[in-house]
Amino acid sequence: MTAMTSSELAANRRDIRPGRIIIWTLLVIGGLIMITPLLFMFSTSLKTAGQVYDLRLIPASPTFANYVKVLGDGRFMQWFFNSTFIAVTVTLSNVFFDSLVGYTLAKFEFRGRYFIFLAILSTLMIPTEMLVIPWYLMSSQLGWIDSYWGIMFPGMMTAFGTFLMKQFFEGVPNDFLEAARVDGLNEFTIWWKIAMPMVVPAISALAIFTFLGNWTAFFWPLIVTTSKELYTLPVGISSFSAESSIQWELIMTGAAIGTIPTLVVFLLLQRYIVRGVMLAGLKG
Amino acid sequence: MAKIELQGLVKEYGKSRAVHGIDLTIEDGEFVVFVGPSGCGKSTTLRMIAGLEDISGGVLKIGDEVVNQREPKQRNIAMVFQNYAIYPHMTVGQNIGFGLYTSKLSKAEKQKRIAETGAILGLEKLLDRRPAALSGGQRQRVAIGRAMVRDPVAFLFDEPLSNLDAQLRAQMRMEIKSLHRRLGTTIVYVTHDQVEAMTMADKIVVMKDGHILQVGTPTDLYEHPLDVFTARFIGSPSMNLVPATIEGGTLSLADAKWAGGALPNTNGKVLVGVRPHDLVVTDDAGQGLSATGTVVAVEPLGSETLVHLQLAGETVVATAPGRVVPAIGSTVSVAAEVGSLYLFDAATEKALGRA
Repeated sequence: MTAMTSSELAANRRDIRPGRIIIWTLLVIGGLIMITPLLFMFSTSLKTAGQVYDLRLIPASPTFANYVKVLGDGRFMQWFFNSTFIAVTVTLSNVFFDSLVGYTLAKFEFRGRYFIFLAILSTLMIPTEMLVIPWYLMSSQLGWIDSYWGIMFPGMMTAFGTFLMKQFFEGVPNDFLEAARVDGLNEFTIWWKIAMPMVVPAISALAIFTFLGNWTAFFWPLIVTTSKELYTLPVGISSFSAESSIQWELIMTGAAIGTIPTLVVFLLLQRYIVRGVMLAGLKG
Repeated sequence: MAKIELQGLVKEYGKSRAVHGIDLTIEDGEFVVFVGPSGCGKSTTLRMIAGLEDISGGVLKIGDEVVNQREPKQRNIAMVFQNYAIYPHMTVGQNIGFGLYTSKLSKAEKQKRIAETGAILGLEKLLDRRPAALSGGQRQRVAIGRAMVRDPVAFLFDEPLSNLDAQLRAQMRMEIKSLHRRLGTTIVYVTHDQVEAMTMADKIVVMKDGHILQVGTPTDLYEHPLDVFTARFIGSPSMNLVPATIEGGTLSLADAKWAGGALPNTNGKVLVGVRPHDLVVTDDAGQGLSATGTVVAVEPLGSETLVHLQLAGETVVATAPGRVVPAIGSTVSVAAEVGSLYLFDAATEKALGRA
């Protein structure tokens, strides 16, 4: 790096305005508020049971013993697998079905289309807590209690996802679809081969929201499962606190390991969100 | 290759009628251009031929078979869209090859076809590129390539050059024209640009408000327009039209004098049409129409100057040689030769004949 000349330094100094200082200060405070719990989570996961209430951020004698204990516990790996399986399955299901319905509502003219869309949207007004009892009764009568299917079925398709995908599909120019129609493709192939690749940013957003929502889901999995082998990670981790006393160091270790897949999913998909591929094939 | 026949073709959207029972025969291998202003039904007609719009009435035949109820893919036609509609997530080669998606050809045969099509259109070096890395003209060529690769019975073009700049448009016009000569495939081409229609078509179909006004060769339409609309629409700059009267074989036109002799046998109000290139700024009155008017604007184009002047209460456009640029506000004399006047009935706007 070359040294700055005095005029460049003067120019930089002029850029530091009071408004900018306030914004930066607020952003730093916001950032610290966000990251502090995360740092304490990692910090506590490196402490022994006796050090948990010592609130120093950097542990006096850091240890990976909690990680060894948690990862060595067969139940934890089972819960990790359960959560992964459920989150991935529900995400794939949402991407497929929400897109299919969203595309149909956006691109086909048929009687009752608007009514169906409104009916789907209206389900967004009903809070989850109100739905839990009907879900439970349904699961109970259909024998889905304490099964993967029981945990997954309420989220296999969502009104939000359908709405999101419909809005994005409306932005896909009809020319693309008509060109494919003239080229001889059937409607399903047009959706899959032409329309879907054009809404990759929306699919990525939907996938991230769905995966995170299901990875962290606690309430419904807690209600619908009874056997510990079927617990999801959040339900399993919470059971650390229920056995005898609250084992914060183990809870934090489980939570720390539990953040890894969410980070991976976000890092894998976030670049697609910002990449607007759709208009590249149209007039430049 | 195939002949396309439209017999009483109708398109209705609810209660409103967009196309009013049009009849037309497009011969095998012909280059037919539908031209008209926005909303005249030309694109709707093209989309009915493609199968992208349901036909409300009448019969559509492609190659002697009625295809009213057939899906687009069963008609074996190819279409090029205004916005190109090339898929952004595929390379040029994949885009061209997509025309063969449903074809039963072997992979090697498909690759051969893609390479051949790419070579014809000068895209052979771009086959691995994505559309985002192409210019407008190249994208349009890819769209044409996707249509060509399938060897369809007819090409349908929906205002394909509208998004290109003037220079590229002129170049692509010639490319499409020479492609047609080489392939000999029937082409139906829709545009609102009369220059495109005149330069490319074997046959022009002029449409307005869902009706066909006139069908003919570019020269036919230019020389013998059947009504005021076609007369104005075809030719650039468009034809001057000035109100006048004919009584007892004499033409009365304010600020002007007719010394050309016989007129169409009619009496009453007429519209006198004269093309700007036939109305010349000159001091030599000659045999036909002569007039004087005040210059209101001039457009020096280099090779010629377009002179806008007030004549009989209308602004008309005349031409002068390039180096002659009359001053605005000055009075100039203009003349048109015998045979260059078009006369229309002022009430019906139908052609009465030439003078």
